[in-house]
Amino acid sequence: MGIVEAKDLTYEYIRRDEEGNVEGITRAVDEVSFHIQPGEFIAILGHNGSGKSTLAKHINAILYPTEGTIWVDGMDTQDEKQLWNVRQTAGMVFQNPDNQIIGQVVEEDVGFGPENMGIPTEEIWQRVEESLRAVGMYQFRKYSPNKLSGGQKQRVSIAGVLAMHPKCIVLDEPTAMLDPNGRKEVIRAVRGLNQVEGVTVILITHYMEEIVHADHVFVMDQGKIAMEGTPREIFSQVDRLQDLRLDVPQVTLLAYELQNRGLPLPDGILTTEELVQALGL
Amino acid sequence: MSIILDHVSYIYEKDTPLAMKALDDICLVIPDGQFIGIIGHTGSGKSTLMQHLNGLIRATSGSIYFNGEDIYDTDYDRKKLRSKVGLVFQYPEHQLFEIDVFKDVCFGPKNLGLERKEVELRAYDALRKVGLPDELFYQSPFELSGGQKRRVAIAGVLAMKPEVLILDEPTAGLDPKGRDEILKQIKKLQAETGMTILLVSHSMEDVAEYVDRIIVMNKGSILYDDVPKEVFRHYKELEEVGLAAPQVTYIMHALRAKGLLVDADATTVEEAAEQIMQAVRGRHA
Repeated sequence: MGIVEAKDLTYEYIRRDEEGNVEGITRAVDEVSFHIQPGEFIAILGHNGSGKSTLAKHINAILYPTEGTIWVDGMDTQDEKQLWNVRQTAGMVFQNPDNQIIGQVVEEDVGFGPENMGIPTEEIWQRVEESLRAVGMYQFRKYSPNKLSGGQKQRVSIAGVLAMHPKCIVLDEPTAMLDPNGRKEVIRAVRGLNQVEGVTVILITHYMEEIVHADHVFVMDQGKIAMEGTPREIFSQVDRLQDLRLDVPQVTLLAYELQNRGLPLPDGILTTEELVQALGL
Repeated sequence: MSIILDHVSYIYEKDTPLAMKALDDICLVIPDGQFIGIIGHTGSGKSTLMQHLNGLIRATSGSIYFNGEDIYDTDYDRKKLRSKVGLVFQYPEHQLFEIDVFKDVCFGPKNLGLERKEVELRAYDALRKVGLPDELFYQSPFELSGGQKRRVAIAGVLAMKPEVLILDEPTAGLDPKGRDEILKQIKKLQAETGMTILLVSHSMEDVAEYVDRIIVMNKGSILYDDVPKEVFRHYKELEEVGLAAPQVTYIMHALRAKGLLVDADATTVEEAAEQIMQAVRGRHA
């Protein structure tokens, strides 16, 4: 059994007018099935409104399927008895760091999750320290979160989730509000968690450069998985991605433009080094 | 006609222990019709600078001249300044509130005390300028997509007929196509109306592609102020202040280091592709 598994997962919003009469039904997620192995780095792409955030919220049991089933570490998320176990197994980090930080001091904020789980005090401190070290924020443990940059705040949010010892972290556009440095810091921290700690990562993003290291990519469109594969397989299809309102990393686009101008290059070049090699330099 | 900043400084919570210099002796000339990108890491003073331009924040020292008039003069009409210098905040769609798109865009000009006909003409014109399809005019703004909502919010500012439009990260959170569409629309708007546009952005790729001039802010001062090519030539220094050059600039430097005779200054994919083709042809010739 995978760490996250979905079968025919469907989610419908009911739209109502001002009097509360049903106007129509929107299918945000449409019979999606997938299988994620423990320790994988998964990226989910898709244009605004493609259903990726709605899908992600199912993994953390914030939303429940209208039809179909989703299991997190073998637990059906609709099983009320397992609700807290599901949320603890799959932690979630959102777009805006300012909406997720509640503590007055960084280390208090990170300790909030484990404290609510009833973890003994000593172990809480241990977890706080480990989590802050894992995201490179340990030296800021006594700071007020207000004094941190966006990227630092977002790393504190990730540490807060990490302190609950989840097997899986879902990040919904964690870098959308950050400057280039902040983006780099967060992605580096996320990759570290995946590679060093072995946490399963599910990353939703609009920045194509952030996912070239993912193991597997899902591209959502109209509530369905429209494309699926390794980053190279996905980014080899420049035209298809552009039809889906997406993009490719600039180096991939550059290689594609060079192909169009007649240079014989392989499809799906993902890094500068690959381009250098392909050009025979 | 222009905006001139003459030795502008701004200190947050002046005369308290928390005093912090957010702008430090800024001198700047913004002539009419330029498309300017403002970049800088979080906290570098970009937004503080923008808020000075329409008088939302008053400089601690220094002067600002809008079309030759000192905006801090006691008899200067700062309310009018705010309609001349339109400011679109980050995530402007959070400020939509009316029951339909058209009414929402009418709100600004209506508050200027204009006649109903003029208000509606302006709203219609503004919505056309941001490229929103007619059939969406009478929908609730909350039923639109992220990119559409943002267009409506920008139209709300355009309906005030500003001479200068300031956009604070207009593409944050949009999908790549949405980012391109908004920026193309802004570029078109600028070309057609000759409006001065200031674009605050965290995306070096976007800035490189669209603007004529880049102002780099760091610690409340202007670090660079030049055309994109010249600014991104300092990519190492930009990294030190938490920024970067567009990815293609790095690619071109790497290719050059490996011996391909390309001009490393390309800042867009288009330029880079042309450069590489020339260099490759040269190599085989």
